Amino acid sequence: MSVETWTIIFVILTFGLYTYIGYMSRVRDTKGFYVAGQGVPAIANGAATAADWMSAASFISMAGLISFMGFDGCVYLIGWTGGYVLLALLLAPYLRKFGRYTVPDFIGDRYYSQTARAVAAVCTVFVSLTYVAGQMRGVGIVFSRYLQVDITLGVIIGMCIVAFFAILGGMKGITWTQVAQYSVLICAYLIPAVAIATKLTGNPVPQLALTFTDIAQRLSNIQVDLGMTEYLAPFTDLTAMNVFAITVALMVGTAGLPHVIVRFYTVPSVRAARYSAGWALLFIALLYTTAPAIGVFAKYNLIQQLSNRPVDEVNNIVWVQKWAAAGLIKYEDKNGDGLIQMAAAADPANEITIDRDIIVLSTPEVAGLAPIIIALVAAGGLAAALSTAAGLLLAMSSAVSHDLYYRIFKPEATEAQRMRMGRLMILVAILAAGWFGVHPPGFVGEVVAFAFGLAAASLFPVILMGIFDDRMNKEGAIVGMVVGLAFTFLMIVLQRSPQILGTEAPIVGDFLGVGAQGIGMIGMIFNFVLSFIVSRATPPPPQEIQDLIHNIRVPQGAGDASAH
Amino acid sequence: MNAERMKEYWRRNVNLIIGLLVLWAAVGLVASIILAKPLFGVHMGKVPLSFWFAQQGSEIIFVCMIFYYSWKMDKLDKEYGVEEVKLSKSTPIIPQDKEVAK
Repeated sequence: MSVETWTIIFVILTFGLYTYIGYMSRVRDTKGFYVAGQGVPAIANGAATAADWMSAASFISMAGLISFMGFDGCVYLIGWTGGYVLLALLLAPYLRKFGRYTVPDFIGDRYYSQTARAVAAVCTVFVSLTYVAGQMRGVGIVFSRYLQVDITLGVIIGMCIVAFFAILGGMKGITWTQVAQYSVLICAYLIPAVAIATKLTGNPVPQLALTFTDIAQRLSNIQVDLGMTEYLAPFTDLTAMNVFAITVALMVGTAGLPHVIVRFYTVPSVRAARYSAGWALLFIALLYTTAPAIGVFAKYNLIQQLSNRPVDEVNNIVWVQKWAAAGLIKYEDKNGDGLIQMAAAADPANEITIDRDIIVLSTPEVAGLAPIIIALVAAGGLAAALSTAAGLLLAMSSAVSHDLYYRIFKPEATEAQRMRMGRLMILVAILAAGWFGVHPPGFVGEVVAFAFGLAAASLFPVILMGIFDDRMNKEGAIVGMVVGLAFTFLMIVLQRSPQILGTEAPIVGDFLGVGAQGIGMIGMIFNFVLSFIVSRATPPPPQEIQDLIHNIRVPQGAGDASAH
Repeated sequence: MNAERMKEYWRRNVNLIIGLLVLWAAVGLVASIILAKPLFGVHMGKVPLSFWFAQQGSEIIFVCMIFYYSWKMDKLDKEYGVEEVKLSKSTPIIPQDKEVAK
């Protein structure tokens, strides 16, 4: 059977499974809707968190990005895993003990201020909305490449599926669907990786093949011979200062992302919150330690198969024809010697350009794997995009329907009204996400820097100090959040002004050597320092808030702390 | 729990967190990034040590750290008697039901 037939079979099977699970876990009350009734076991929550976390970008783009960045690709690997350590040690257990529904819930109650609550709710919506735009695009791309449907139609199909299980099942439906989606996406990632590792190195475990065979060294040498950067050497792509700043901003940003934090509200106990962060990172690390191996194997394979080959031979490779037709591989025999020369992208002698997004998607074909595996990878990419989109949509809708509507504007709303509002807001969020999927903003890459930078500079420091500093008060928190947010926002806009404002050159080059991607680290430092100073110059928080802080520091009694 | 014990429990928790965060920074930031060039000459398997820490080692150590912290906190919670009381289905707290059935 052809790749297309297998893909259709896999898509129908997996989508049927997600829909079935979504229907089975439908909910009737707000506790089930927002925090899955707080009944999700630690290991299942770990898998759901991992699926929620690993987006279409992790699945499709990350290995490719690393294979083009070499050593410096570690910013994503360390940044996006190190954040879970911060979450597990500093935030998750205490937020679970606090036991409400959302991140603005904690900030609003801990800082006894509706202003703080509203600022946190706005941050949540902004961070999640920027993030979700890229996800719906990912759904559209996978559909259009593998099923030959229009991107718009692909986005609409994806929207309908997510809408079905998110509106019906809320957090409960999303969580159990994500457990299934994690299984699909990790199989789709590991099977081709094992196959290509065995083929190239004889060692079936990609992580061991990367460390204990000379494949990475060989790739590094070939790249140097071809005039590209030395693959294993640090700081060839970014300066050391930027590698450091981006890593810190991504770590702290990860720990501050509302759709990740809210996951730890769904487990039954404080103990389960700690362990489920461990399971989540284990499941994530399974993919994140495989990605650099795939990056090396795929790049090595591509260079071996294409570099210095006769043009006629390259023309006849099936996967080259397919991706060239999609415009993702471009080659031309510029010097007319009948061979394809590979060199650094900026070198005029380079005769071939490969889009880094196809590294993962093309690996099974380049390695000559069966069509069924290629179709499985497509289903995995869809699972990654859909699961992340669902989690983000719920985070957004709860910020509006729970924090703004119920906690600020209409505290007397009944349970039924709140459920209706929650479902309505998911629908609105899906339509907004779908609109961004069909009409993506021209600066998708910048948008991701925004999401992490803003989470790192606004939400993370405020939550952290809310738990560990019992002298921190609302004045300090609000000043810290607003300054961190404003500084980071402004610096990203000024540094990326050509893409965002349309100026000819960036208005600001960098800030003390830190570029837009890592600027969240500087914003975070401002937030910490300012809120500390302001809080010491203003009155301490009232006694009942200090009692609340001491209460969340011990696990005892977590079960009954959840009622409003 | 009295205030003194509570303070002590919290201090030990914070010390554990600080110790682990030092390790976290040592592998994720120092060995992988700050010392990337000096450690380039040292090898782990067939790749430079800094490359291994950056692309494999840090991630693996992070996972171990979280499980270690959870395990240590289980012990600490028990020592100070602050663990959550769970009503599991296997140990019903109202055994009278059986008595009635008899």
